[in-house]
Amino acid sequence: MVKIKPAWMVLLAGSLFGIFFAVLTKFGNPANMGTCLVCFIRDIAGAVGLHHIGKVSYIRTEIIGFILGACVAGLIAKEFKVVGGSSPILRFIISAFVAIGALVFLGCPIRMFGRLAGGDPTGFAGLLGLIVGAWIGVLFLKSGFMLGRTKEQSKANGWVIPVFALFLFVLLLAKPSFITLNPKGHAPIAISLVVGLIVGILAQRSRLCFVGGIRDIILIRDFHLFQGLFGFFVFCLIVNLLLGQFNSGAYPIAHTNHLASFLGLLLVGWGSTLIGGCPFRQTVLAGYGNTDSGISFLGMLVGAGFAHNFLLAGKPSGVSIHGIIGMVVGIVVFLIIGFTNCVR
Amino acid sequence: MAKEIDVRGLSCPQPVFLTKKAIDAGETEIIVTADDMVARDNVKRLAENSNYNVQIEEKGEEFILNIIKK
Repeated sequence: MVKIKPAWMVLLAGSLFGIFFAVLTKFGNPANMGTCLVCFIRDIAGAVGLHHIGKVSYIRTEIIGFILGACVAGLIAKEFKVVGGSSPILRFIISAFVAIGALVFLGCPIRMFGRLAGGDPTGFAGLLGLIVGAWIGVLFLKSGFMLGRTKEQSKANGWVIPVFALFLFVLLLAKPSFITLNPKGHAPIAISLVVGLIVGILAQRSRLCFVGGIRDIILIRDFHLFQGLFGFFVFCLIVNLLLGQFNSGAYPIAHTNHLASFLGLLLVGWGSTLIGGCPFRQTVLAGYGNTDSGISFLGMLVGAGFAHNFLLAGKPSGVSIHGIIGMVVGIVVFLIIGFTNCVR
Repeated sequence: MAKEIDVRGLSCPQPVFLTKKAIDAGETEIIVTADDMVARDNVKRLAENSNYNVQIEEKGEEFILNIIKK
């Protein structure tokens, strides 16, 4: 395998992802959404009936590509190592609230940077929330927060999520009647899959993480992972400018409730710091043997279902009181999990 | 006496965080046992950026990082 310096690798992964994020909207992905990890998990949740909003129901091949790309890269690099057992059910619940927070904001950190790079100023409240959330998470880490050590598990455990991704792909191709697929709002399957695979491979090699980049600056003054975020933002911005997608004046699928945006990504930053990686990183890790991250992926899937069934998710028209209550509950849950898992 | 840190089974960012604590405490010799390549690479980068020399020994599935102040 070609050896690329780790610093270049993370910059390359972030930059290419930024380019793909902008380009895929040209090919049919929703404007201002691009390749949002949590939005796409929400779409998968809808497709398999975990919520019933047909407009946001589709089996997103980008997610399948992330998982399978990471799986292949992990196998080739001999890094497919099956480990887990570090407080899985706590990771599940934290991840569910991470998904809920992201869906109140209307986007995970990827989409927040993508929104900013598209000239959508409503992303700023989310960025601020993400930074404050990561900072609170770091305070817990410094106070001794730990979810326990992982242990090696049997190979079968590590294959559950990659096989689930393959199963989703078969469902997408077979289109059985019990699956809901919105015919609009997505790039051609082949393009999305190839992009997903490339990003999944690069993410596995580089450990690209959209919360880790901020967390490491706060925790250890290290800018290594931040280079990925920087590359993503800069290249997404450049491609948006080239394609005439920057600052169109209309910011579809976003709202102007800045407090809700702040709190939504605060939950994402905080929760992701507690479980050791952003929603994207969890999905990539789930592809090459980390079953705790597999649990996180499933937690986000279920959380996304709740977000819509309980009317928590934000809408372009705003955020309901349900959404605000949902985030307050999330904050209380994180405080309880945080304080009860601090070891000295 | 070298400060020994066992980061086996710990997920990101605990291995780096625990090593950073030892560095901040002024330890001149630190031995980190890791079982994960991400932890190995991250701890190595942190130590080198903090003006330490790092030697890595592979023992089966594990990595022993000998970290010594320059």
